[in-house]
Amino acid sequence: MSARAARVVRTPRTTPNVIGGLAGWIWLLVIIVPIYYIIVTSLRPEADYYSESSLSWPSRPTLDAYGEVIANDFLLYFGNSVFVTVVSVVVILAVSLMASYVVVRSRRRSAARMFQVFLLGIAIPIQATIVPVYYLIIQLGLYDTLWALILPSIAFAIPLSVLILTNFLRDVPVELFESMRVDGAGEWRTLWSLALPLTRPAVVTVAVYNALQVWNGFLFPLVLTQSAETRVLPLSLWAFQGEFSVNVPAVLAAVVLSVLPILAAYVIGRRQLVSGLTAGFGK
Amino acid sequence: MAAPALALFGVFAVVPLLGVLVLSFMSWDGLGDPVWTGADNWGRTLSDPVTLNAMRLTAIVTVASWLFQAPVSLLLGVFMAGRQRYRAVLSVLYFLPLLFSAAAAAIAYRALLDPNFGLGAALGIPLLAQDWIGNPDLALWVVLFVIGWCFVPFHSLLYQGGVRQIPASLYEAALLDGAGRVQQFFHITLPQLKYTIITSSTLMIVGSLTYFDLIFVLTGGGPGNATRILPLDMYLAGFRSYDMGRASVIAVILVVVGLGVSLALNRFSGASRMESQMEGV
Repeated sequence: MSARAARVVRTPRTTPNVIGGLAGWIWLLVIIVPIYYIIVTSLRPEADYYSESSLSWPSRPTLDAYGEVIANDFLLYFGNSVFVTVVSVVVILAVSLMASYVVVRSRRRSAARMFQVFLLGIAIPIQATIVPVYYLIIQLGLYDTLWALILPSIAFAIPLSVLILTNFLRDVPVELFESMRVDGAGEWRTLWSLALPLTRPAVVTVAVYNALQVWNGFLFPLVLTQSAETRVLPLSLWAFQGEFSVNVPAVLAAVVLSVLPILAAYVIGRRQLVSGLTAGFGK
Repeated sequence: MAAPALALFGVFAVVPLLGVLVLSFMSWDGLGDPVWTGADNWGRTLSDPVTLNAMRLTAIVTVASWLFQAPVSLLLGVFMAGRQRYRAVLSVLYFLPLLFSAAAAAIAYRALLDPNFGLGAALGIPLLAQDWIGNPDLALWVVLFVIGWCFVPFHSLLYQGGVRQIPASLYEAALLDGAGRVQQFFHITLPQLKYTIITSSTLMIVGSLTYFDLIFVLTGGGPGNATRILPLDMYLAGFRSYDMGRASVIAVILVVVGLGVSLALNRFSGASRMESQMEGV
């Protein structure tokens, strides 16, 4: 948007930033050591876990731990997570974009009031509504289904999504909407062929942000599902920890496998991921 | 066109939000039908030493995690904002914890902090080879550290963005006036980051009320009740003791405190904050 043009080039610094540099390198250790530990341990044979030093490179590196995790229905949990995330994000995007379109285009008071309600919704801590959500899901007969995760995830994602998309849609010149109308396009057509293409960067941001939230969600799956058939990834990690307990390499291999998809997304679209993460708060 | 969003938000967010208030006056074991019991839950919960302790712990976690995360994130953000090539590389590495779900990070730290086979044993430093998670005096500090590990990267990204928006002309002028690095930091960087500091602090403070998955997997609220902060107290009351009324009372407290803190900090920062922050995304 407009502020991008105002980006400035910093002047070269004269003296080195000692405190910042020191903090930077110390923090690097804080970040890297645990990650290094996770990787080397996941590559260690179970038997060597108790005999080798935990930070040494495995003397007999193996992918056995990964094999064991995958043999324990990891792909099922992975599939569940993908299904829940994809369906949630698609619905979130569709309904939020439609709502934002109404907020921006409608001149009715009710549209403005709806926007206010969504704004308040941003501040609700999701966790605090878990008991009534649980009650609701049981009453609807959805307990222990993937829909029990999808529907509340969508609901709690709507406020921030509508806010971001509305702010973006407001920057679309009114003349464009008018010319669409003069050409005889209906509201749906305008939404599809004008609003959606023009808000694409915001749509990507919203998609990434919500995908991460849903993908990493733990409380809804913990409370609203029960059986292994409906288990999603974060919950499966917790379950693995209980099942494998003594097989630490396998537990950590599961951790690595759960991180890989997001790492792949990070490598492919770093900019989008960063803007998605800081959605609505960044800059 | 707004109907689907309104319906979904209404049924699965607004109704539960009102429902939690209603349920806080009812007795429900999670299976049968809720029964109206008036203010009984409230009296019971507010005099329960476990919940009172949870409130105390939540306050400690809120303050301590802010004291830890805010300066570190600010310092790192300023550092990451520099245009040097190696800092760009470091920034990529700093990002890595954000790839972990809270459950994944907690599980990794459980293994890492194992007194016999974890990091401390590997380095041969007895001080590090303690029973971090099993010791009630240490567990809370471990929780605070792991929370920091997970969330500092996010907040330093906010600060990095904030610092990069400070006009270079301010620094040039300060340089001409002979201001040193430290003076520049306190007289330009810090005041210019005012809104970033408020946004980031709001998220940290409100976030403290919602740390659940990380602590749940890392310590389960234990040992004893040493890390049982309010969200955990709520979950354990509701879904372990099947006392949904008590859980709802705690939930109402969380909502009220959360909304109160965000509204207070929002007023403090000016109502237009959200709009202006969106510029340039």
